[in-house]
Amino acid sequence: MTTPAIRFDKVSRHFGEVKAVDNANLEIQDGEFFSMLGPSGSGKTTCLRMIAGFDRPTSGNIFLYGQNVSDLPPYKRDVNTVFQDYALFPHMTIEENIAYGLMVKGVSKTERYRQVDEMLDLVRLPGFGYRKPSQLSGGQRQRVALARALINHPKVLLLDEPLGALDLKLRQQMQVELKAIQQRVGITFIFVTHDQEEALTMSDRIAVFNEGKIEQVGTPSEIYERPVSPFVAGFVGTSNLISGEVAKRITGSDQTFSIRPEKIHLDSPNGRSEKDMLSIDGVVRDVVYLGLFTRYLVEIEGGGDLVVVVQNLKTTSMDVLSARGQKVRLHWHKDHASRVGG
Amino acid sequence: MLDRASTYLYQRPKLILALLLGPPIIYMLVVYLGSLFALLINSFFYLEEFTGLVVRQFTLRTYLQLFSPTNLGIFGRTAGMAMAVTIADAIIAFPLAYYIARFASPRMKTFLYIAVTLPLWSSYLVRVYAWKLILAKEGIVSWVFNLFGLQPALDWILSIPGIGGSSLSLSPIGMFIAFCYIWLPYMIVPIQTALERVPKSLLEASSDLGANAAQTFRNVILPLSFPGVVAGSIFTFSLTLGDFIVPQVLGNSRFFIGQAVYSYQGTAGNIPLAAAFTMGPIVIMVVYLLIARKLGAFDAL
Repeated sequence: MTTPAIRFDKVSRHFGEVKAVDNANLEIQDGEFFSMLGPSGSGKTTCLRMIAGFDRPTSGNIFLYGQNVSDLPPYKRDVNTVFQDYALFPHMTIEENIAYGLMVKGVSKTERYRQVDEMLDLVRLPGFGYRKPSQLSGGQRQRVALARALINHPKVLLLDEPLGALDLKLRQQMQVELKAIQQRVGITFIFVTHDQEEALTMSDRIAVFNEGKIEQVGTPSEIYERPVSPFVAGFVGTSNLISGEVAKRITGSDQTFSIRPEKIHLDSPNGRSEKDMLSIDGVVRDVVYLGLFTRYLVEIEGGGDLVVVVQNLKTTSMDVLSARGQKVRLHWHKDHASRVGG
Repeated sequence: MLDRASTYLYQRPKLILALLLGPPIIYMLVVYLGSLFALLINSFFYLEEFTGLVVRQFTLRTYLQLFSPTNLGIFGRTAGMAMAVTIADAIIAFPLAYYIARFASPRMKTFLYIAVTLPLWSSYLVRVYAWKLILAKEGIVSWVFNLFGLQPALDWILSIPGIGGSSLSLSPIGMFIAFCYIWLPYMIVPIQTALERVPKSLLEASSDLGANAAQTFRNVILPLSFPGVVAGSIFTFSLTLGDFIVPQVLGNSRFFIGQAVYSYQGTAGNIPLAAAFTMGPIVIMVVYLLIARKLGAFDAL
């Protein structure tokens, strides 16, 4: 087993009474695209800042390729950060911004600018070197921030919600681009985001944060298909949580489980269950027609609502809207239901 | 009636603008620029020495008088003092402003803010006379020097030609100390404002990219707060340039611009020469402001 790029050993960061990060253990492998996903205030940014060195753990240790860096200042760590607000130096040109890391290390001017040109090519901004940050669009600044970090060839690149300020289309484009750049440079990327779709699209693995704790670490498919807690099930995608008596009625056990809306089949009230399928009857309470698909809200026997999503392959809005108030039977494969404990 | 008037005005935004801006603009043009213009015109008249009357006739001879060795000395002395005070104030103010902007807790910040601006609430004359007592031969400064047996050192400083004098309270050094004190708040506040506008993430970015504290200061903090230093220096420089009280109270017989203007327009009745003298600082300040603009001092305003 190779040394992990980053290892958290019982890391906590408390701000007075507030436990921003509480006893976190984590291993991030070399060359991984790793996302830290969670709502704001869940501790993901604090973790990132501790890796960068802007913040120190209250207790526990952080290892960078086996070296304990917990108490090293940021400028002595082989990691670089792409900031949420990009943090480009407004008084310097793009060229000077990108060359900054090399300049403070005392790299010669010619060598600096040779590398800057390489980086400008990498982020597809050739010829932008002489402009000032204020003359660039958000997406362009984003790329400059990336180039400025990558020129130092860090062992680990930290990205703090770097796409948050971009509009949807640009964001999706940058997601693809970031992933491509990561594969090209082969550096470990640690990406902080509160956008679950972004995390699922780009990451090799994801850590889901909630209230200072890491709830689950896994590949996007593991996180999506096998959430281990109600929080993960609810935060990553939408999910139906069924517990108590209703759960017992369906599965025979009162343990809480989650089922994704798109895994549920909508059937007529006397539809037959196939092998390994679970089912429950209900009444359609509400229908939302969303073009590509339709979202049904079904009140099930024993109480509670389930959200069901059905793609509009053959149905029209007229068909689906008439379903309101009708009795239905819901089926799903038992493997699609995930026990979430609690 | 009122309702109709307001509807009438609402439909004519230009009229509202004219009504609101008219009075201040008229004031600006007539009182402010008008008096400056009167000053300019007066500087082109001259005083008939024999009769002691002002001859209202266009001439450059008053300006020629400015170039006498004595008057050039006055300009040089004043500008030199203004420059020295500005540099000293910048050096004193920067660390303090830096502390207020970056490290002080909110309570400490409020306290320091009041401490810095509090002297401005008291009379300027009182403070200047206070310095006269502090710097006097029997004052606290001499007393402290005596206490540590440093009287010879003080005597040595006072014996330096050009800046020395019979005592601190009657020497350019004393004036320098008083000027530095009096104008210091005008330097601290703009620097502090400029420093507070430097986002913290820029400092983190610099450190993240491998710069140590000194490199971050030199490459990021100083260039980004420099406009604040320039803004502060405009105050300290121009205020020193035009002041006539401090030289009067703490100076020796060698005039400063302010004193020259004061005496020419007063006892001597030579208003043209006083006006010409006043044009000196104005020209110096215009040049200074042009340089400051080049340095980007107004970009951040």
